[in-house]
Amino acid sequence: MDLLNAIVALSNFVLVPAIAYGSQLALGALGVTLIYGILRFSNFAHGDTMAFGTMVTILVTWWMQSAGISLGPLPTALLALPFGMLGCIALLLVTDRLVYRFYREQKAKPVILVIVSMGVMFILNGLVRFIIGPDDQRFADGERFIITARDFKQMTGLEEGLAIKTTQALTVVTAVLVVALLFWFLNRTRTGKSMRAYSDNEDLALLSGINPERVVMYTWMIVAALATVAGVLYGLDKSFKPFTYFQLLLPIFAAAIVGGLGSPIGAIAGGFIIAFSEVTITYAWKKVLGHALPESLAPDGLVQLLSTDYKFAVSFVILLIVLLFRPTGLFKGKSV
Amino acid sequence: MSQNPYHDDRGNKDASITKRHGVGEIPTRKGGKSRPAPGGPFLIGDAMTGGYGKGPDILHDCTVSVDRGEIAVIVGPNGAGKSTAMKAVFGMLDVRSGSVRLDGEDITALSPQDRVAKGMGFVPQNNNIFTSLSVEENLEMGAFIRRDDISGTMEQVFDLFPILREKRRQAAGELSGGQRQQVAVGRALMTRPKVLMLDEPTAGVSPIVMDELFDRIIEVARTGIPILMVEQNARQALEIADKGYVLVQGQNAYTGTGKELLADPEVRKSFLGG
Repeated sequence: MDLLNAIVALSNFVLVPAIAYGSQLALGALGVTLIYGILRFSNFAHGDTMAFGTMVTILVTWWMQSAGISLGPLPTALLALPFGMLGCIALLLVTDRLVYRFYREQKAKPVILVIVSMGVMFILNGLVRFIIGPDDQRFADGERFIITARDFKQMTGLEEGLAIKTTQALTVVTAVLVVALLFWFLNRTRTGKSMRAYSDNEDLALLSGINPERVVMYTWMIVAALATVAGVLYGLDKSFKPFTYFQLLLPIFAAAIVGGLGSPIGAIAGGFIIAFSEVTITYAWKKVLGHALPESLAPDGLVQLLSTDYKFAVSFVILLIVLLFRPTGLFKGKSV
Repeated sequence: MSQNPYHDDRGNKDASITKRHGVGEIPTRKGGKSRPAPGGPFLIGDAMTGGYGKGPDILHDCTVSVDRGEIAVIVGPNGAGKSTAMKAVFGMLDVRSGSVRLDGEDITALSPQDRVAKGMGFVPQNNNIFTSLSVEENLEMGAFIRRDDISGTMEQVFDLFPILREKRRQAAGELSGGQRQQVAVGRALMTRPKVLMLDEPTAGVSPIVMDELFDRIIEVARTGIPILMVEQNARQALEIADKGYVLVQGQNAYTGTGKELLADPEVRKSFLGG
């Protein structure tokens, strides 16, 4: 029995990856929740919006790499990120102008916008594959680890190692900064407050002289920036593949709904809940339990509840449980 | 309205994919330009005929107006088109004939947003506050079109409705009915409107609160802001009115000063219960 080793192994295989993945989901879910809260529909094109922003970032990263521009130990993609955001903002504003605005002028029921977003999803899906191809792309460079498992073992003399990837640390730091900035914007600035006012009561916002088109424009811009950040961080941490991003839609929606659609804090909490559930349920606990339990109780099998191939089932089950027993989500969102 | 296929959601009630709370109902209108039209009362909806969307006419040759320093009250039975007349003046439905003029300008073609910018303040009957925003934020949003310092106006609103100063940090949705109406009127006052339009400001509040609200409305009128309001409580409203309009089926039935209407045996018999 060796609790210290158990904790290190737990951190290495569960805590650190889940925190990084949770931050990525939280950023994605924030985008979904903002569109739901302000534009009043579930945007099924969100995963592909993330893919588009990431794709632009990757293309700019490759160009920078070929031009010899780099950030030293940090990934070059960080330099390319603002360009990706701009590209994504342009895409969403054009989509809004060409597609969504028509329905807004018709005062179309929100459910019609949901279906429209599905159409947009398919188009974006095709667009991204057409430009960058359907394959896996890697674009992470710079220092790969902040601390490797071997260094950690040497430093501490423990049997288990703890590795922290640069991208994981970067993900958490960026997520914290972005979320802090978003909350400050929504609660303290005039524009942010007008977005909350529009979310609360469209007609009264109009009667107060708030320009609805302005609010919609700012919403798309913020969502584009959030989606790009989330997509790039996910891509750096794992890899970029258009289909994976499309699949991310499920855990992201699960996160947003678990936290309570329309509630930004809920989206963050939901992101972490989904990430931790997914990782803990698909992790083989043999090693950790072997350290933590007395030898006589040490498990023989892998103690893996679900194969990683079934990780989406976890989001699905959580989503079902929440919709059955607490449809407003943990933080009392607006889905009542 | 119902002919528009985009307004049919086939009975969808799934709030996990759509949010129905706070959906806007004011139809999108391309705003035109205003034209100078000197003379006449400060605000007048002149011989307005119109209805919602492509639907039938609700107003027929209906005229309401208010002048500087006055309180004008629109009363009438249920379904007489009182609120519709207000909405027509504010540009929320199509006025097919007739015109709306404000301060020597013909504003018939303007969109509701443009009318706010022209200095019209409107307090709707329902959903007239931002429930999830604090009282103070509600007032800030009321002053959204202003770029100057709003703290003075906010002080004035707090002086008018002292309870709001106490509750300034509280979410407006947590307040009582009467306090909500105060927030609603306060929000509209924050633009420093040239004219204030109130749609049933005393709906759903207790008689004591109602008296208090009427007092406040008179106070606002004394500061020089003309007030046009729709009221369910006809007798009390006409008592404070400089001008009264009785609408029946979208038409002007009786017009006069508040006192005249109160004294008119016909009006008393049909609308004031003897």
